Amino acid sequence: MLKVFTCILTRDLTLALRRRTDVLTTLFFFVIVVSLFPLGVGSEREMLRELGPGVVWVAALLASMLALERLFAADFDDGTLEQMLLTGQPLSLLVLAKVIAHWLLTGLPLVIVAPLVAMQYHLDPAAVWIMMASLLVGTPILSLLGAIGAALTLGLRGGGILLSLLILPLYIPVLVYGSGAVSVSMIEIADTVPYFYLLGAFLLMALLFAPLASAAALRISTE
Amino acid sequence: MKINWFKYASPTAFYPLAGRLVPVLFGASLVLILFSLYWGFFETPDRLGGTNPQKEYYRIIFIHVPSAWMSMWLYLVLAAWAAIGLVFNTRLSFMMANAVAPTGAIFTFIALWTGAFWGRPSWGTYWDWDPRLTSELILFFLYIGYIALHSAIDDVRRADRASALLAIVGLVMLPVIFWSINCPDPNQCAALHQRSSLSDIESNILTAMLTMTLAFWIYSFAAAFARLRSIILTREGDSTWVRGVLEREASA
Amino acid sequence: MMEFLRQGGYAFFVWSAFGMTFLLLVAEVVQLRLSRRTILSRMGRLARLRERNAPHRGESR
Repeated sequence: MLKVFTCILTRDLTLALRRRTDVLTTLFFFVIVVSLFPLGVGSEREMLRELGPGVVWVAALLASMLALERLFAADFDDGTLEQMLLTGQPLSLLVLAKVIAHWLLTGLPLVIVAPLVAMQYHLDPAAVWIMMASLLVGTPILSLLGAIGAALTLGLRGGGILLSLLILPLYIPVLVYGSGAVSVSMIEIADTVPYFYLLGAFLLMALLFAPLASAAALRISTE
Repeated sequence: MKINWFKYASPTAFYPLAGRLVPVLFGASLVLILFSLYWGFFETPDRLGGTNPQKEYYRIIFIHVPSAWMSMWLYLVLAAWAAIGLVFNTRLSFMMANAVAPTGAIFTFIALWTGAFWGRPSWGTYWDWDPRLTSELILFFLYIGYIALHSAIDDVRRADRASALLAIVGLVMLPVIFWSINCPDPNQCAALHQRSSLSDIESNILTAMLTMTLAFWIYSFAAAFARLRSIILTREGDSTWVRGVLEREASA
Repeated sequence: MMEFLRQGGYAFFVWSAFGMTFLLLVAEVVQLRLSRRTILSRMGRLARLRERNAPHRGESR
């Protein structure tokens, strides 16, 4: 079972590395959205510091949304997905492998460039670390939840927009506590640990249930 | 005696039953709405004193609170029918979930709209990012998502099951979303809406409010059944019993 | 009567809220009736089409 898991993981990673543009588009989308905000709201230092965490998190939400559409689409189009459904391996495990590959390609890069965009918003080094940590715990949840939506809207016309309509409301808890942790870290006495406990709990729940729900959604969409 | 619990679980048996019920239910809800409006406008004081003084505008409570209750209740009903449909694979349950959704979305919108017009005179603003307002807005988005997904899929069977799964995922996420909105800072929590308790409310106001709740509840049944009949007709249009129904309704 | 309509100066808020509520409910009922009528007339048309075509098939047999 583990073999199937690693097999799909390496396959998806190899495929993505052969077509690097997909990964880079998501990353640059994130950077561009974050960079546009100061142009729209003005570049006053204090205001940017206050807006920073929320803007970066909303941009991360949109970027992960953008990439989700392609999560199952390519495999669905060339028939690979159908073969996966027929393998007799637990489908949720295959889904989990695909989601992890997807996160490594679209979520992890966001964590890595976070210090760069945080500089644009004049965040302190301590807040930058908190932001990276919150993105590191939060973005996998986005990929996991998004997989459900991607499976439900598989092969529909206008699927991308529909997907954001379905999934963005479900992202709210991650947004609230992810950006909340960063905002709070800028206040001297405040404690960010509860935020990470909550995000960690969400991640565990999502790891448990989201692959099952995505697998069920895939079966519905492909039958 | 053996009772057949599933007699009305088939569209064939349910269609005529719903047809008889719809006018009765619409009539009953109209009577109750009129009664509640009369009671709310003429049997209640113009001004409220106490810790939270309110003037005439508090009368919005007679539609605001019942519609907010209905919006949440109907989402539960929707998710319950969706779950029953997925587990037992019954056609009618999916149709029922489908028939409830637009009415639920309408009540959610009414709750938001009336809340805005109550908030303006009492809080001084049409909209505030108060936890309950935000939660109601998210509920509205969930209804819209359900309806949008269902109408985007052409294959009825897939549309039913996919949107049912979405409704259940939404129901599971709902407490988490509401909680995160209610308590964005785990170290402390605050809210603009005062904690409500039914026993503090004056009895005349309570009468009008509860009658309106009952009226909206019956109205939801009526609207859902009426919509259900249309759904049944479109989906089963090729079957012989629908043709029989059509002939009878054409001659009547 | 005027006193009732003024609602102590809060007429705008009270009647906007109540007006929109019952407007939406009435609109829903009207929409339900209309959609039912369209469905019935469309299915009636289909049934008539079938009837018109059926005898021909019977003769040719």
